[in-house]
Amino acid sequence: MKTAIAVNGLYVSYYGSEALKNVSFTVEEGNLVGIIGPNGAGKSTLLKALLNLIQKEKGEIAILGKTIKEMRTKVAYVPQRSSIDWDFPITVIDTVLLGTYPKLGIFKRPKKIDKAFAHECLEKVGMTELRNRQIGELSGGQQQRVFLARALAQKPEVYLLDEPFVGVDVTSEETIISILKQLRDIGKTVVVVHHDLSKATAYFNELILLNKELIDFGEVEKVIRPEVLDKAYNNQFSSLTNLEVKA
Amino acid sequence: MINFMDALMFYGFLQKALITSIMVGIICGVIGCFIILRGMALMGDAISHAVLPGVALSYMLGINFFFGAVFFGVLTSLGIGFISQNSRIKNDVSIGIMFTAAFATGIIMITLMKSSTDLYHILFGNVLAVRPSEMWSTLIIGVFVLVCVYAFYKELLVSSFDSTMAAAYGLPTRVIHYFLMTLLTLVTVASLQTVGIVLVVAMLITPAATAYLLTNRLWVMIFLSAGIGVLASIFGLYFSYTYNLASGAAIVLAATVLFVLAFVFSPKQGLVFRAIKNVRKRELLSR
Ligand SMILES: Nc1ncnc2c1ncn2[C@@H]1O[C@H](COP(=O)(O)OP(=O)(O)O)[C@@H](O)[C@H]1O
Ligand SMILES: [Mg+2]
Repeated sequence: MKTAIAVNGLYVSYYGSEALKNVSFTVEEGNLVGIIGPNGAGKSTLLKALLNLIQKEKGEIAILGKTIKEMRTKVAYVPQRSSIDWDFPITVIDTVLLGTYPKLGIFKRPKKIDKAFAHECLEKVGMTELRNRQIGELSGGQQQRVFLARALAQKPEVYLLDEPFVGVDVTSEETIISILKQLRDIGKTVVVVHHDLSKATAYFNELILLNKELIDFGEVEKVIRPEVLDKAYNNQFSSLTNLEVKA
Repeated sequence: MINFMDALMFYGFLQKALITSIMVGIICGVIGCFIILRGMALMGDAISHAVLPGVALSYMLGINFFFGAVFFGVLTSLGIGFISQNSRIKNDVSIGIMFTAAFATGIIMITLMKSSTDLYHILFGNVLAVRPSEMWSTLIIGVFVLVCVYAFYKELLVSSFDSTMAAAYGLPTRVIHYFLMTLLTLVTVASLQTVGIVLVVAMLITPAATAYLLTNRLWVMIFLSAGIGVLASIFGLYFSYTYNLASGAAIVLAATVLFVLAFVFSPKQGLVFRAIKNVRKRELLSR
């Protein structure tokens, strides 16, 4: 087993206010990992740092043993649903086809095989019938499945998903998690931001518990313990007072 | 006065006007799609106003106004980006500050030149006075813009729709932004004679918005928008010639009429069909 993601001493801040402090963990290939923590804990920030979409202040990040810049085409990102313009004139199948762009390179258009592959990915998420709909004409769960299909079309080694289960119906949630488990079982690495604890044990085999700092990391059973969770979810006030004392 | 069609056969100036305004309709329609989809309508307005000092400077130096205009257009878009990235000032505010400053500078420069007729033509356009050299520069700019959009269609699509994904897989999204700003400046310059600085933004936005109401596919939207731009140009020119109206204003109003038609009658988004759908739904529910 190779190490898929290695983060060491990561610090990220926005205009001077710290969003991530000294975060270190490693994820081996073939794991389905949940990132859990309260609102504003820096979960999305962590994914964006992994993708090199925001500047890190300090620390190292390695994807499959190399820098993210070298590994860009090996990583697919499914953004938070709120960050997408759902009125954009694009159909379901064309959205999935975007997943083939990174490997095409500049000037080249998607060919027949690329289109066929996009259809295949769409079929995996059970959305073939709605392929010609505009993406805004779908339910939240269907939208999420389309973006998962787009990630599949990128043929990555590492999947990063930001809150894929928010505003999603039960069937879609089941489809998505079963696909993610299949990906894990064939050796892909899947990291999912998830803001609530319910189903964490059923969904993930490892957890990253985050609240600006890394609270805990490891096997689900080890992390899901009341005393550990308390630290992430209830200690916000005491960490604030700590800050004030230090300052 | 002879009618428009006969005059078109007869007068070279009218042919040049028609060719120029058709090209302007096409390129404004095409670039306009990306402008509205990226939420940069205000930016379009800003850049078009910001070329004024460049035009004035070019007149003073006796060079083709193309160079000065492009220089000031790009400079302004860099300035806007610099202010909003390096302070807490939001993008729309920084746009407002920069373009009014550039526009005011341009007005003062032109007043110093003491030639208010030029100012009037730059601001409002006078397509019936297009010179052959200006027609050719419009055509060359037009072909260049269209080739660029064709070549980088894929990158423009993905960075407009999901810039996060584009950046994540390594597209230089900031370079694409400034590249688009440069194309926008070129389109503005090419449109100066036809619709003038003040109304260019309408040609960028109105046909694109009309097309946006009619389709769910970007490439269809681009073709529709260009087609609508051309129709507006032809109708506008017709009315401008026949009733002796300002060409820019006539073209823009023609585009507005087309927009209103789409707004009311569009099969998917139009008021009429929405109302029909609602009535049907209510009937179904009450049964
Ligand atoms: N673009 C941004 N500019 C400034 N602050 C930000 C930005 N994005 C996130 N933050 C701040 O960073 C912190 C972590 O945000 P985020 O990573 O989105 O949290 P989560 O996804 O865990 O809810 C929050 O306090 C948020 O307000
Ligand atoms: Mg988040």
